[in-house]
Parts: sequence; C-alpha cells; structure tokens
Amino acid sequence: MAQIEPSAQLLQTPLFALHQRLGGRMVPFAGYALPVQYPTGIIAEHLWTRAHAGLFDVSHMGQAWLTAPFEVAEAFERLVPGDIASLDEGHIRYTQLTTDDGGIIDDLMVTRAAAHNGLERLFLVVNASRKAVDFVHIATALDGIVRLTPIEDRALLALQGPEAAAVLAPYINDIDMLSFMTALDARFTGHDGIEGDVLVSRSGYTGEDGFELSVPAAIATAFAESLLRDARVKPAGLGARDSLRLEAGLCLYGQDIDETTSPVEAGLVWSIGKRRRERGGFPGFARIARELANKPSRRLVGLKLDGRAPARHGAAVETPDGTRIGEVTSGGFSPSLGLPIALAYVAFAYAQPGTALTIIVRDKPLAAEVVRLPFVPHRYVRR
Amino acid sequence: MSIVKYTKEHEWVRVEGDIATVGITQYAQEQLGDVVFVELPVVGKGLNQNGEAAVVESVKAASDVYAPLSGEVVEVNSALESEPALINQDPEGKGWFFKLKLSAAAELDDLMDSEGYKAFVEEQH
Repeated sequence: MAQIEPSAQLLQTPLFALHQRLGGRMVPFAGYALPVQYPTGIIAEHLWTRAHAGLFDVSHMGQAWLTAPFEVAEAFERLVPGDIASLDEGHIRYTQLTTDDGGIIDDLMVTRAAAHNGLERLFLVVNASRKAVDFVHIATALDGIVRLTPIEDRALLALQGPEAAAVLAPYINDIDMLSFMTALDARFTGHDGIEGDVLVSRSGYTGEDGFELSVPAAIATAFAESLLRDARVKPAGLGARDSLRLEAGLCLYGQDIDETTSPVEAGLVWSIGKRRRERGGFPGFARIARELANKPSRRLVGLKLDGRAPARHGAAVETPDGTRIGEVTSGGFSPSLGLPIALAYVAFAYAQPGTALTIIVRDKPLAAEVVRLPFVPHRYVRR
Repeated sequence: MSIVKYTKEHEWVRVEGDIATVGITQYAQEQLGDVVFVELPVVGKGLNQNGEAAVVESVKAASDVYAPLSGEVVEVNSALESEPALINQDPEGKGWFFKLKLSAAAELDDLMDSEGYKAFVEEQH
C-alpha cells in the first residue's frame, strides 16, 4: 500500500473540535482540515443521508454579500449567464462565473436577500478552492458599481436527506414554507438556550431534499450538536458528499468543470435563462451562443460501467473499436446503485443515452454505457 | 508453525512452509475506508518482492498492493470479487488476497515482526 502523506498547515472551520470529538478522519481539502469520513464510513454515511438526514460541514465554502444602492442583480449579470435580475427576494439561482472564452471560473449559488440599510443585496456561496479567485474577479470587474464583502464570521452547514425538514422544524419556524431553491432569514433556538440568526436555504448538493444553514461561527458547534442530538441525524463527511453529488449528476469544480469547459459542454444549459441566451451580456457569450446553435464539440455524460471496478478521473474513454473520444472527469462506486458510475466528456456524436463505450482502467477496456443524468433521481421538495 | 511479518506498505504475510498468504493490515483497511473492488493477480504469475501485485479500490481511491516476498501466485481469494468488504471486516483473516509459493525465503529478514510494525504505525502519527 502507498504511504499516507502527513498534512501541511491547514485552516480549521469553526466545527474542527466537534469533528475530532465525533472521530472524523481529517484530511486536507482546499487548504482546510475537513472530515473525509467518520468511523461508520463513507458508504454508511451516504446511505444514511439518502434515507434520513446527514449533517455536513461546508464552512470552507466562500460566503459573501454583494451590495449596491440599486440594480445589484443587473450588475452581477455582467459576470454570469444566469437570470439574476428576475430573482424574487428569498429565491436562489445556481449559475457560473464565466471567462471571456466561455470557460467556467467557478459555479455558485446566488440568493436575493432582503434590502438592508438602503442597499440591495445578493448572498453568494462559492467553492472553497476558488473563493480567492472569485472575490478578486468580482470586486475588480464591478469596482465602483457594487461592493463585495466576504463573510468571515459564519459557518455553513448542510443538513441533507428526506428527514431534514422534520429535524429542523422544532428549531426554525416556517421551515415548511420553503420550496426548493428558496431561502429565509430565521431565528434558531437550540438546546441549552443557544440562540442566533440563521440564513436557511432549501438547497444542497446531494440530490435530496435538504437545507444549507449559514450560522454565526460562535454558535455553529452548539447548533450542530443540537441537530446531532436527533436520532435521525448523523454526521457525514466529504467522501459521502462527493459520492452523493456524483449520483445526483452534479458537477464538481476542478474535476468536471473548469476554465476550459463551457456551461453548454457541461450540460448546464438549464441554468442559463431564456433572456440571457437570447441577449447575452455576460463573458463568453459568443462561444456559448455558438455552442447552443451548433451543438458543442463534446458533452459531459453519465456512464454506468459493467462489473465492479470503478473508473477514476483521467481514465480514457473509447469507442468499442478503440478510438479515443474522451476522458472521465469524476468516477467512483455508487453506494445507492451498487455499481461503478462516472462523468466523462465525450465527443458529441457519442453523447446519446444508450451509446456503448469503453473506459480504459489500468490498461484494460471496461464496457460502459451512456445513461441519462442523474444516476439517482432527485427528490427536491417544490411547494 | 507459521511466521507473520509486515511491510512498510502495510501488507502482512503469513508463511507456512514454502507458502505465504498475503493481505493488508487492519491499519491499512482503516486508512482506505470502504473497499468496493479488488483486482487480484492471476494464478501462475511470478511476483518480485516489492513489485505491484494487486489493486484495492476504496470508495475514494485506488491503491496498489505490493508483494512482500518473491514467488509464484498459487491461489487467490476469489471471495473478494463478490464481497470486497471482507477486507474491511477481517483484513488479517477472511480478507486475505493471494498465496505465493516462495522463491527466496531469505527475503523474510527484510520485513518487520508485529512489534516492529506496531512501532512503525505509531511513528506515522
């Protein structure tokens, strides 16, 4: 077996001590020490989240306010292809920051928050590995028009799974009013009289119903412990988060999408509003419009493999007669389906569901089939 | 009379006569997490000490397993194909990988005994 490298100096989230108490195996991720799993293991955490509720620490992700006296959403639309201007207060949009070439700087969640002190506000959640890049990009591009304020004093927790809403109901009023991709400002009252404000979003990255909760760092541990007192909640680590998002057919920045891939190639056209597709006004519109009209040269697809051997990031994808047509970007074993699954970019002609392909794993060809995404049906709650 | 020795790559080897049974240690399976697939060598293959012998895939990643000793593969644990979790449940028992007919028994002297391995693992932390 290969040696396990000792870790360098890493940042800690507000929940670090709790992870250690819970027996989390801490690993480096985007410069932070985070639990890849707890003693029960990735498969158990994954299946528990699908059946009950899993609690994830996602405090490493970047949270920020974007504010302006007026037209903050219109200003932000200069940087993203998503329809932000039409977002009602309390509604969330998934979108991407695009490059002038139509690549993806990052993918992110944008929430229109209530105006505050005479300023219109958007609440952003971006990837940990990209937050420094994103914040400089946004602040520079929109200098003098909007103000970007990174939020350093709040943790971010994700409670995901079919029992998440019932778990949160005693602590947060009106939780059941929320529909998928909406948010509200709420008060949280936990055990031991712990109180605080919480921004609750009915969203997540597992394919299940669930919530992301932005809470003050000072009470984050008490808040998490309150939730963990409920028998329906178990802690879940980064390993399960990755296998859940893969089953849900969701892209991971740095693996499935990056500055060389466009939203069209990545199958993210659904996140680009009709008005934006027609009128543009965001970086990379030329390429994106061209790919929408003429089809992209390659497309991200889901693959199911025969047998049990997983294909990993970087594995070559070929036609059955041995012509190389693409590459796996994310691959692993699906705990819910009990078989190996992968995401891969393939030449557009081979992107149809049902297409038989071959993945090369350790110099051996493994049979695979293009399937519709997601691998496991989404179970979002829409009211 | 069997001898059990360990490698720095966290394999164990149990030698009985000229046959050595090989697997990965309790520490190794803990580090790997849930095992979902194992690629075993073919019977008849000759392995060199420290050469690649098998691959073990966890949910997260693939890891190579090396031959602790040189020899010819005489048997593999085919139960692992349908039940790779045996490696997590019983790594130093039912989760064995393969058996070798040894070609250079003196190589055993290169390996650690259980005391030495225990100390080696503690050093890793």
